[in-house]
Amino acid sequence: MVRKFSRKSLPEKIIYILIYLFMIFLCVVCIAPILHVFFASISDPKYVMSQSGIILWPQDLTLEGYKIIFRTRSITHSYLNTLIYVGASTAIGFLVTVMAAYPLSRKSVLWRNVIMMIISFTMLFNGGMITFYMVIKNLGMYNTRWAIILPGCASAFNLILVRTSMMSVPQSLEESAKLDGAGPMTILFRIYLPLVKPTLATIILYMVIGAWNSWFNASIFLTDRAKYPLQLVLQEILMKNDVNSLMSQSSGELAGLADLYKQIVKYCCIMVSTIPVLVFYPFVMKYFKSGIMLGSIKG
Amino acid sequence: MSKQKTVKEKIYTKKAIRRDFKANWALYLMVVPFMVLTILFAYLPMGGILMAFENFKPKLGIWKSPWVHLKNFQDFFGSIFAWRVIRNTLIISFLQLLICFPAAIIFALLINELKDNLFKKSVQMVTYMPHFISMVVIAGIIVDFTKSTGVISMIVGWFTGTTENLLSKPAAWRPIYILSDLWQSLGFSSIIYVAALSGIDDSLYEAAELDGANRWQQTLHVTLPGIANTIIIMLILRIGSLMSVGQEKTILLYNDLILEKADIISSFVYRKGLQEFNYGYSTAVSFFNSVINTILIITANALSRKYSETSLF
Repeated sequence: MVRKFSRKSLPEKIIYILIYLFMIFLCVVCIAPILHVFFASISDPKYVMSQSGIILWPQDLTLEGYKIIFRTRSITHSYLNTLIYVGASTAIGFLVTVMAAYPLSRKSVLWRNVIMMIISFTMLFNGGMITFYMVIKNLGMYNTRWAIILPGCASAFNLILVRTSMMSVPQSLEESAKLDGAGPMTILFRIYLPLVKPTLATIILYMVIGAWNSWFNASIFLTDRAKYPLQLVLQEILMKNDVNSLMSQSSGELAGLADLYKQIVKYCCIMVSTIPVLVFYPFVMKYFKSGIMLGSIKG
Repeated sequence: MSKQKTVKEKIYTKKAIRRDFKANWALYLMVVPFMVLTILFAYLPMGGILMAFENFKPKLGIWKSPWVHLKNFQDFFGSIFAWRVIRNTLIISFLQLLICFPAAIIFALLINELKDNLFKKSVQMVTYMPHFISMVVIAGIIVDFTKSTGVISMIVGWFTGTTENLLSKPAAWRPIYILSDLWQSLGFSSIIYVAALSGIDDSLYEAAELDGANRWQQTLHVTLPGIANTIIIMLILRIGSLMSVGQEKTILLYNDLILEKADIISSFVYRKGLQEFNYGYSTAVSFFNSVINTILIITANALSRKYSETSLF
């Protein structure tokens, strides 16, 4: 464990070198697809079309693909929609979760275990996709933004994470605040939330990334294109080969270019939807770790 | 057990309930929004399971649709689809269990061997990345790589002699599914083992080394026992979700040519219910699946409690 590399025996050295090489190989495998997409997105479309296999370096740099998609209303619009969905579902989800977690973490609350059982049961058993769809329809949420925002807000998993960390906050803090005349909301926001910041960061990250990447609910509940999130537009472009209809919506002069730029527009779309997440995740890695640890203990 | 029960009964007396409500009503009010959402989006759909026993017509609604008892279930289990989708679901699940599950452990062990901290951190950072990419993008990349001029098709072509669109070949579906899963989850699912490994006391290794154990023997007798509990818990969790394979990747990628191999329970429910509007029937299939899932989770949890003294609930 503590021995220096130079003091190891030869077979051991070889094994270590092999491990390092294997790790480098794995990293390359993880990155290569994204790099391929990135290089293709800034390469000359003719080159990309003629190329088979993986693109290792961009050729004849061009940003034309990005220009096209930033001029395409359905993409820019869906980007805004995604921001709305991410913002709203994270804000609402965060608020309802911390508001519920605080009382349920207090021993003085009589029904806390009964309520927890009712909530945890939803992790064990669910009604399934079709009945969920019917409920959304009957609630009048079909084809509204609420169908995308609300259902994910009350996550039992997130609630358990926050509640567990709040349970370790000593009772005395709460009592002294009460003597000072603080109400439950004040106690929650002034005392509890600052003390469980890492957990809060974790659930916010889960919510943001989940909402950013979410696609399925939008695909079954939204018919109005003006409400489509980015991922759903992306699905149309990538899966249904729907670049043409997209192009016709952009300015007329581009329509002629459509065929040539079809492929790199796809790559550009992948990049604009993925870059925010890729920039975001390294900074918050440690919180994900702590969240997973907590989740595995009390999942 | 009986002792516990009497204690419980004593807690919920009329007097206690009244006093609790008086003191904590504001706290209960704070739980209401979460409970409303839970009831709307989790419990109402459970009530909707009644549809499984009806020939459900949206116009008539859940109360007036004709009651057909178990006909939907009989239709499903009598059809050729039942065995096909159950088999496909189980095969995908078991392949994940056999390949992705141990791969994460092995990867964590290798990470643990890296002593250069910067390199170690970088490897972790890079291999976690695929986890954060959306399923739609993953599917897009898979389509791009497996089309007839894609890089994976080319590599396969070196061995078979022909390059073709792999997504139209039934035999290629499961490898594509599992390998893309592996790509996406390998790094991230190793986090928990890496954390467990860092918890092993260094002095155990030193003692083993004094006893003349080489690196491999140390791994076998110190490292693996050190993370055995974590492995067991993760294994049990995995077994608990054997019958629940998510529908997203399948729905994004499958086509008529590979339906035979690709169709799983959740994608079948989606197709029957939301594309063919066979609501009662698809609810029945999904209900059957939910029940199996619940039984599996409860069994797994009981096993976990028995063997590792750790349980989820």
